[in-house]
Amino acid sequence: MTAAAGTAPAGATTPFFRRAVEGKTLPILIVLGVIVLIWYAFTVYLNAPWQIDAYERAGTEWTAADLVRDTMAQERPVLPSPHQVVAEIWKTTVGTRLTSKRNLFYHAWITLSSTLLGFVIGTALGVLLAVGIVHNRAMDKSVMPWVIASQTIPILAVAPMIIVVLNAIGLSGLLPKALISTYLSFFPVVVGMVKGFRSPEAFQLDLMRTYNASGAQTFWKLRWPAALPYLFTSMKVAVAISLVGAIVGELPTGAVSGLGARLLAGSYYGQTVQIWSALFMAAALAAILVGVVGIGQRMVMARMGEKP
Amino acid sequence: MNANPAIRQEASSPQTSQPVVEAKGLGLTFETNDGPVRALADVDLTINKGEFVSFIGPSGCGKTTFLRVIADLEQPTAGEILVNGMTPEEARRKRAYGYVFQAAGLFPWRTIEQNVALPLEIMGYSRAEQKERVHRTLDLVNLAGFEKKFPWQLSGGMQQRASIARALAFDADLLLMDEPFGALDEIVRDHLNEQLLELWARTGKTIGFVTHSIPEAVYLSTRIVVMSPRPGRVTDVIVSPLPRERPLDIRETPEFLEIAHRVRDGLRAGHGDD
Ligand SMILES: Nc1ncnc2c1ncn2[C@@H]1O[C@H](COP(=O)(O)OP(=O)(O)OP(=O)(O)O)[C@@H](O)[C@H]1O
Ligand SMILES: [Mg+2]
Repeated sequence: MTAAAGTAPAGATTPFFRRAVEGKTLPILIVLGVIVLIWYAFTVYLNAPWQIDAYERAGTEWTAADLVRDTMAQERPVLPSPHQVVAEIWKTTVGTRLTSKRNLFYHAWITLSSTLLGFVIGTALGVLLAVGIVHNRAMDKSVMPWVIASQTIPILAVAPMIIVVLNAIGLSGLLPKALISTYLSFFPVVVGMVKGFRSPEAFQLDLMRTYNASGAQTFWKLRWPAALPYLFTSMKVAVAISLVGAIVGELPTGAVSGLGARLLAGSYYGQTVQIWSALFMAAALAAILVGVVGIGQRMVMARMGEKP
Repeated sequence: MNANPAIRQEASSPQTSQPVVEAKGLGLTFETNDGPVRALADVDLTINKGEFVSFIGPSGCGKTTFLRVIADLEQPTAGEILVNGMTPEEARRKRAYGYVFQAAGLFPWRTIEQNVALPLEIMGYSRAEQKERVHRTLDLVNLAGFEKKFPWQLSGGMQQRASIARALAFDADLLLMDEPFGALDEIVRDHLNEQLLELWARTGKTIGFVTHSIPEAVYLSTRIVVMSPRPGRVTDVIVSPLPRERPLDIRETPEFLEIAHRVRDGLRAGHGDD
């Protein structure tokens, strides 16, 4: 500590540290630390049998310290250690040209583009279906069961069929993958928006009736603004699930690029470090996407006068 | 029933007794899962232009239902009703009335001025006219200076005033109010009652007002309609001899107490029936 810090009254800490203790930072760091520790423990535990095998085959003497060190540095571990994953991510992002096919950002971008396309189509489709369901009794009765049924079929079963069928009619590349994202992401939007469009209370609808408001006016001035909070909540789910859809969509296409392709290639060749770094990239992407929707939500809600 | 011609003439505004609401043999039966509910039966009542008519009666006697029938929010199953000489639906399409619900029901995503402008936007007033009217009506309910606030930033009483402003912003001559001050404390209520009377005097509107409070009904009204439940019917119509100009302390005068007494008797009689 410097002289200045020495003269400060006892117990005074730096603002950063105080913030960390009082805010959410410290608990999060503690949880993170515990997870990393457990991870390391499992790294040693899961990789030890192979390592001991290797020692015995080579006939080398080994100590516990050797075991710990070597289980964290295997080429193809059962479970790679955290620092191996971090090093791999670093090497394949910052350490590689952006345009290179080996760059993880490049693969993330491929997946992201179909995620976003699928998400936008899915959200639009979901909102349109919800509008129809809320305004039309026949649609309410006939469409909703199909919407729900669509989600009971496992996406892994549907994805190859969508790809194959679309390929047969000459569609390939981004769109088929995006449509798998759409298939998943429209669902939370339909459900959320039906609820949102129905959220105005009876007397609010009566109020619009006393003004002799048209259906369109009631929609734009009452139902739509009342449903916006629901829209953002369902978009958060939809964007995360879109990412899952895009990754799943990359599996049956034999795609060579995208996070899904990296996962597949990694598992073909037993490259667990590559699998884990792709997984972490996907998780980070999901967190960013949900975060961006959250920021949009906060901006819109602030403009709509929500209590801070 | 009791709305005989003598009373009607007495109660009407000094000029001509021009009927705004005319109900004859009006009845409404709700078909529910537990069988029919007769919310209104044989209601004969005329409300003339410029009157302030209060509806009072125990819970479930059909006060809200009657107001909603006038507003074309509910369809009668018997008798007939005219609003400004038209069917309620035609009157609603011509935006003949403003309706104030028990809950202020301001849209939380709109500022106070945007809330008051809501009916004006729907009715297609020009921007300039919207601005002018919002300004004028917010002045009328003493909310000038709160234009840019959101509803949650206002007290319950202020929100209710804003909702009254919203019903006043367009040119409806009839104001229907369903327990607008029911959820407010006594002091705020006194204050709003005073303001409402002042507003009524200034605008010359016809007001139909539902309340559970006897003093409120007597203080505000030119005529008090006492109702009783099962089936909902009008049991008494009391014409107020009080002058139109009413300071708050009129409530201690013998005339006031006498009318209050009559209303209470009417309510008791209605209760005795079941
Ligand atoms: N939509 C409806 N469906 C079925 N019954 C209804 C409906 N609306 C009102 N009723 C019934 O009609 C009767 C009159 O109701 P109303 O709301 O008009 O009473 P009220 O005098 O306004 O009572 P309160 O003082 O409690 O507001 C009640 O018995 C009520 O249960
Ligand atoms: Mg009521």
